Amino acid sequence: MGKNSISLRGRNVLALEDFSAEEIRLVLETARGMKDIIHRDIKKVPALRGKSIVTLFYEPSTRTRTSFELAGKYLGADVVNITAGTSSIVKGESLRDTLYTVEAMGVDAIVMRHQAEGAAAYASRVVKPVILNAGDGAHAHPSQGLLNLFTIQQHKGHLEGLKVAILGDVLHSRVARSDIQGMRKMGMELHIAGPGTLLPRFLSEEPGVILHDRVEDAIENADVIEVLRIQLERMKGGLFPTTREYARIFGLNAKRLQLAKKDVLVLHPGPMNKGWEISPEVAYGGNSAIQEEVQNGVAVRMALFTLVLTGGRQE
Amino acid sequence: MRILLKNGRVIDPKNRMDECLDVLIEDGKIAEVGRDLNGTGAEVFDVSGKVVTPGFIDMHVHLREPGQEAKEDFSSGSRAAAAGGYTTVATMPNTKPVVDNAALVRSLRERAKEAGVVHIEIIGALSKGQKGEELAELGDMAEAGAIAFSDDGHYVDSAKLLLNGLDYLRGFDKIIINHDEETTLVEDGVMNEGHRSAMLGMKGRPTVAEDIAVMRDIMLAEYAGARVHVAHISSGRAVDIVRQAKKRGVRVTAEVTPQHLTMTEDVVDFTDTSTKINPPLRTKADVEAVLEGLEDGTIDMIVTDHSPHAPEEKDREYIYAPSGFPGLETSLGVLLTDLYHTGKVELPFLIKKMTYAPAKVFSLPAGSIEAGMPADVTVIDTELEWTVDAKRFYTRGTHSPFDGRKLKGKAVMTIVDGHVVMKDGKVVE
Repeated sequence: MGKNSISLRGRNVLALEDFSAEEIRLVLETARGMKDIIHRDIKKVPALRGKSIVTLFYEPSTRTRTSFELAGKYLGADVVNITAGTSSIVKGESLRDTLYTVEAMGVDAIVMRHQAEGAAAYASRVVKPVILNAGDGAHAHPSQGLLNLFTIQQHKGHLEGLKVAILGDVLHSRVARSDIQGMRKMGMELHIAGPGTLLPRFLSEEPGVILHDRVEDAIENADVIEVLRIQLERMKGGLFPTTREYARIFGLNAKRLQLAKKDVLVLHPGPMNKGWEISPEVAYGGNSAIQEEVQNGVAVRMALFTLVLTGGRQE
Repeated sequence: MRILLKNGRVIDPKNRMDECLDVLIEDGKIAEVGRDLNGTGAEVFDVSGKVVTPGFIDMHVHLREPGQEAKEDFSSGSRAAAAGGYTTVATMPNTKPVVDNAALVRSLRERAKEAGVVHIEIIGALSKGQKGEELAELGDMAEAGAIAFSDDGHYVDSAKLLLNGLDYLRGFDKIIINHDEETTLVEDGVMNEGHRSAMLGMKGRPTVAEDIAVMRDIMLAEYAGARVHVAHISSGRAVDIVRQAKKRGVRVTAEVTPQHLTMTEDVVDFTDTSTKINPPLRTKADVEAVLEGLEDGTIDMIVTDHSPHAPEEKDREYIYAPSGFPGLETSLGVLLTDLYHTGKVELPFLIKKMTYAPAKVFSLPAGSIEAGMPADVTVIDTELEWTVDAKRFYTRGTHSPFDGRKLKGKAVMTIVDGHVVMKDGKVVE
């Protein structure tokens, strides 16, 4: 079975749960080629010429939406952005009707972000264009999960056997869920720590996930640390006393970083609450790949578009 | 008008009857049950090989009148009931407006006679507007014919209000039916809190919310010396709490739905909103505990919690879809397929939980096939194989987690007050 035998053509990208390790590898390999394109002077290849992509965002986003948009444009696709604040959505149009409208315009792919868990899966059932989930509530953010894997692989050369610490607000984090799904498939070891109120109950039942009460225990000897954003906007209060206390007990700072391996890679999906979950010196320090992740995000999304819209044969 | 049901297996749980007999119906009443009855002048139905039972009673349905007729009304809902073998249904008051006064109870009872093809009992609200703040006019509603009282759809947050209701209703011999999920623990929750909700990122409704609610209600009923009925129990722990309470003599009763007896959270899927119900589908351990509770008598009766919604309301993002699905037309088939044909329960036992048991708890003039009783009778073909097609339901709700399932066993005739209202799955118009 060579890699030519697998194709992601026409596949919805809803959650990494739906992807095999082999398929994830295919995306990461394709992304490597795409990264070269971003470094070119003229960032334009015609792989997706004639294809049209709509980004449909019901939640605010800078990096993800721009990343998808540029990814589409670098590959020659036409990309149109719809955001909740400036469309019929404010007139109360249902998601279903908005999707029908977008579909009727003949688009090939819809990149969707929505506050409801399962919204992308619902969309994939309602309309024919390929759906790429750019975040659905606390459920999944598969392209972020893939770009984390891509970034880790670029630095470490491999994925299997690496020890990853995921810190913080897992409860509200679609990134954490996509990481757990993706990293487990790639044979990585997952250690999770954060305030008890921000770790989903029963997460411990997920195979391959080790929960720790203290962040220090999760960090110890880690190859990779992913710090999650405290999602205050999704909290109704009462989940932890103060951000000051959070920073002191659960935040990643230079001192705690020393518990990890020397060459530990620090990731954060952004936007960061600097001084809360991560200290500025760590965020901008030598172990941080946070800025690089942004560029890798474009490459991974270029790979996804190519694979689901063309099967990847034209590159 | 006379009807003779010949040679069916007559199961009448009240009289512990289970044998092949004829049933003669005359002037809307059961005239005689016996061997080789004389059918002169009667319409005779040969029901050999079929089971003749008291008409089913469902103490928990939402027929949505008044105000939400896009979801259901008495006409469509009672036809769904007839199709499912039900002859009496009790409809919940979480309507628009809420059924919280005698005038509404009276007009709905009139409307039930006009539009309903089965008996429709009216459950009144416990609190004004179901707001949980002050008691509705319970006495007036009781006199107007309300069968019970409930703020179903909402937990009664105020222990004081519930205690007042229990104390007040003692004198009227009416029961409060409670939806038991502690509000602050289930806010925004859309499925059982467990490993699956953790990984799907959806907010959970933990069993402990139900457990402490059931516990509180039992403590208050015990303190007041009043009766309380636990609606749609789903948590294994809560079943045990009811079991212990019954042992020490608390006047608590409980009901369970076919879905909570047969399905787990594993069927929850983002694209199938029919699996979204309150309380949510639980774990395998809960399902087993609930069945055990039914078997040992902790749980008194089976209800459907028939909760239809307009198709476009259910066809949306999972977490925004309203909770509930219509159960009247699938209930018997599911119970027979998953509980009877699998050998988990005996047929007379199952029938009792759907007929005599609810009649006894709620003092309904129904639930038995004995001479003199109103002729509410259901005929079942336990071996009939059929496939659920929600598009062909009589109810207006078209989303069902059982849609497409092959089931074995179905009601083939429903008789209400001596009139055949359903035959071979079709409502007689």
